[in-house]
Amino acid sequence: MNKNYMFSLIAVIVLFLIAYFGVETAGLHVLFGIVIPYLAALIFIVGFVYRVRDWAYSPVPFRIPSTCGQQASLPWIRQATYDNPSSNGGVIVRMILEVLFFRSLFRNMRFELKGGKKLSYIWEKWLWLFALAFHWAFLVVVIRHLRFFAEPVPFWVQFLEYLDGFVRVEFLSDVLQVGLPGVFMSGLVLLVAVIFLFLRRVFISQVNYISLASDYFPLFLIMGIAISGILMRYFIKVDIVGVKEFTMGLATFSPSIPEGVGVIFYVHLLFVSVLLVYFPFSKLMHLGGVFLSPTRNLANNSRAKRHINPWNYPVHVHTYEEYEDEFREKMIEAGLPVEKESN
Amino acid sequence: MADDLAKPEELLENSGYKRPATGWMDTPIDIRPGMYCYASNPKSVEYVGLPNPRQWNPLEDDWKLPENWQEIVHKGIKERLEKFRSFKIFMDVCVRCGACADKCHFFIGTGDPKNMPVLRAELLRSVYRNDFTTAGKIFKSLAGARPLTLDVLKEWWYYFFQCTECRRCSVFCPYGIDTAEITIIGRELLNLLGLNIDWIATPVANCYRTGNHLGIQPHAFKDMLEFFVEDIEDITGINVEPSYNKKGADILFITPSGDVFADPGTYTCMGYMILFKYLKDKYGFDITWSTYASEGGNFGFFTSHETMKRLNSKMYAEAKRLGVKWILGGECGHMWRVINQYMETMNGPADFLEEPVSPITGTKFENAKSTKMVHIAEFVADLIKHDKLELDPSRNDNQIVTFHDSCNPARGMGMLEEPRYVIKNVCNNFYEMPANTIRENTFCCGSGAGLNAGENMELRMCGGMPRANAVKYVHEKHGVNMLACVCAIDRAVFPALMEYWVPEVDVTGMSELVANALIMPGEKDRDTDLRGEPLPGKEDE
Ligand code: SF4
Ligand code: SF4
Repeated sequence: MNKNYMFSLIAVIVLFLIAYFGVETAGLHVLFGIVIPYLAALIFIVGFVYRVRDWAYSPVPFRIPSTCGQQASLPWIRQATYDNPSSNGGVIVRMILEVLFFRSLFRNMRFELKGGKKLSYIWEKWLWLFALAFHWAFLVVVIRHLRFFAEPVPFWVQFLEYLDGFVRVEFLSDVLQVGLPGVFMSGLVLLVAVIFLFLRRVFISQVNYISLASDYFPLFLIMGIAISGILMRYFIKVDIVGVKEFTMGLATFSPSIPEGVGVIFYVHLLFVSVLLVYFPFSKLMHLGGVFLSPTRNLANNSRAKRHINPWNYPVHVHTYEEYEDEFREKMIEAGLPVEKESN
Repeated sequence: MADDLAKPEELLENSGYKRPATGWMDTPIDIRPGMYCYASNPKSVEYVGLPNPRQWNPLEDDWKLPENWQEIVHKGIKERLEKFRSFKIFMDVCVRCGACADKCHFFIGTGDPKNMPVLRAELLRSVYRNDFTTAGKIFKSLAGARPLTLDVLKEWWYYFFQCTECRRCSVFCPYGIDTAEITIIGRELLNLLGLNIDWIATPVANCYRTGNHLGIQPHAFKDMLEFFVEDIEDITGINVEPSYNKKGADILFITPSGDVFADPGTYTCMGYMILFKYLKDKYGFDITWSTYASEGGNFGFFTSHETMKRLNSKMYAEAKRLGVKWILGGECGHMWRVINQYMETMNGPADFLEEPVSPITGTKFENAKSTKMVHIAEFVADLIKHDKLELDPSRNDNQIVTFHDSCNPARGMGMLEEPRYVIKNVCNNFYEMPANTIRENTFCCGSGAGLNAGENMELRMCGGMPRANAVKYVHEKHGVNMLACVCAIDRAVFPALMEYWVPEVDVTGMSELVANALIMPGEKDRDTDLRGEPLPGKEDE
């Protein structure tokens, strides 16, 4: 057993127990329903902004894009405008491809030593595919949850739900509504993708070797969030009207604890709160960092336009005069031109 | 080559990933001969005024560090976090996805997990977490933090000098994390304690004093070029005597001194001289060589940002002193990363120069209009495009050529097409290596960033293995017998790598191929190429 993921798994189980007994046994609804979520949101926002500002205000002394294609040079040579941008427009496209479609990860390949002597490079897009699925699903889930924080629910949230939902079995009658709620793909995709990301950390030896407890923890936490969410929606029904009242209360700063919302809701809420708190202190900040990475968000044009280093300072150099002073005689003898004929 | 070096088959067998029984933080460092370079000579360190010059030996326990070395490193990290957004972000955002893991030629070649770019970076990142992050301070090793001990420092030294700063990892990282950047900073930190390797420290001192890495003094530099003049006259019947330190010349030419010194770089150097003579006779081209700025390469770049700046300053200083219009740069890898991404920022503005225009074609080099330095491949591609060179590519018909993209021009500049265009115009037989091993995916020669010493031959052969493997592929498939490149380090290190992995393949520079094909006005009927090998059809004369 690997201590890194055991520790993280246990941490998430402990969180579950804390929420469960905290609400069910100790009746700390206010703590788990109001205090912790508010605190978590505050820490998240302040922490996130602090970290991003900290990066944004640190200097970029040199223009060091990783160039991944042909530079802009002679007019008849076709430039790789996005993989090696020389203008801001190009950089913007590069960043869009990077942030929305994981351009760099898409380059991924794997090598194999064939017959013990030939290296070959093999198609390997699984990480790209699942990482993309994971992040997009996460985004959709987050947007869908906006329905709990706005009344009326904005039409674009409803539209997204419509796209996200499939298998809709509903029996409508005047008297009562029964049936299964629409199944949202995003939640399932999120769960499957996060499980994939976890399994590759377990089974791919190299990835396993580099993984830290702090890599497993968010994965387990997100699994917990997804599972508790799915349970709530499809299996252990919670009072959805009560939940909405509650979340609207939080959103409008007039929180109150509704009656009869199951404990599973509090578990879900605690997991989310912990994720929010964990976020700014961890690698999850890559969400902000990806936008600021100097190897991606700078144009490769430092030969056409001087880049300024804000802390550039004068250094000791060996001047031509010092050089000539040392070698003058030899230079004269060799017939090399000199500035001064003698010292 | 070292006698005790393992056979290629053995090296290949050992190359696979070997997972140590213990986690990486608990696996002790084992500094193995053949994998490291000798420690810096104190005289060289002292000459340029860098910290802690002393005799030391990496294999001994005592590295003779200053008493407060931990404090020095801690302060050094702090200062660099404040100065480099790249460093700060790269310390913070790695998610350990492993996409970069098997992209490093040293990992592929050695199978040592600490050569995975991500772990190389984690060596430093773990200390960063311990000293500078809340999570690291609270959760310690669970958050991947560990204190800076002597063993950790030794590990840094060992592995930051097993990285050639090639940036291949950064191409594949979803956040653009560039382990080369981390290595650069890591080496800067090591240099605060006087922990450099001699193959870097001594060239730096030489370059500072004599203007070039090899320590060639001005008169000797001239002698060496003079020697080429004689050789060229024998082969072509033309006297290509260059001009030196000439005030008022139109253009200053700077190239790595390696090409002046050792085969097969020397043939590239002869290539430049032939080209310049041709242009002078035909078009009145006026170019000069400098003995003061007689180095294009910059081993300061492998020491610290400051040292890089100190050495690089000579280029502009000399251009200014001589009053040239702009600078033309020869074939070199890291030299061009420095010129493209650092030079004008450090030592500019170059307002005393003119925006570069080719005096022959009238082409404005818009992409170099501020730095005012043009690459010879850009320059020659433009000449060929405008039909300004009379060429006989059949003179290169004995060569079946492939092209190696050097890391820095590929990933720190993007100069991919220009040299290909030139080579295809001067050679009839050209084949590309597999797509996953060229252009932005190119594999390092395995000896860059100052690692081209003799004592670390095993490391070099391991690191160059993926590149050699691709050469072998085209050698077997198309009969390729010539590996062309635009880098002086490549030319210095590939012969050994080829001899080891693909002995049938030779190494050349772009300009050598150009000069072989170039028909000079008034030249005699050439029987041999620049190497004295008979030209096609002249074998039995
Ligand atoms: S690819 Fe980037 S994020 Fe992934 S492990 Fe490597 S450095 Fe870290
Ligand atoms: S820069 Fe090159 S040598 Fe260094 S870790 Fe990355 S791939 Fe390896």
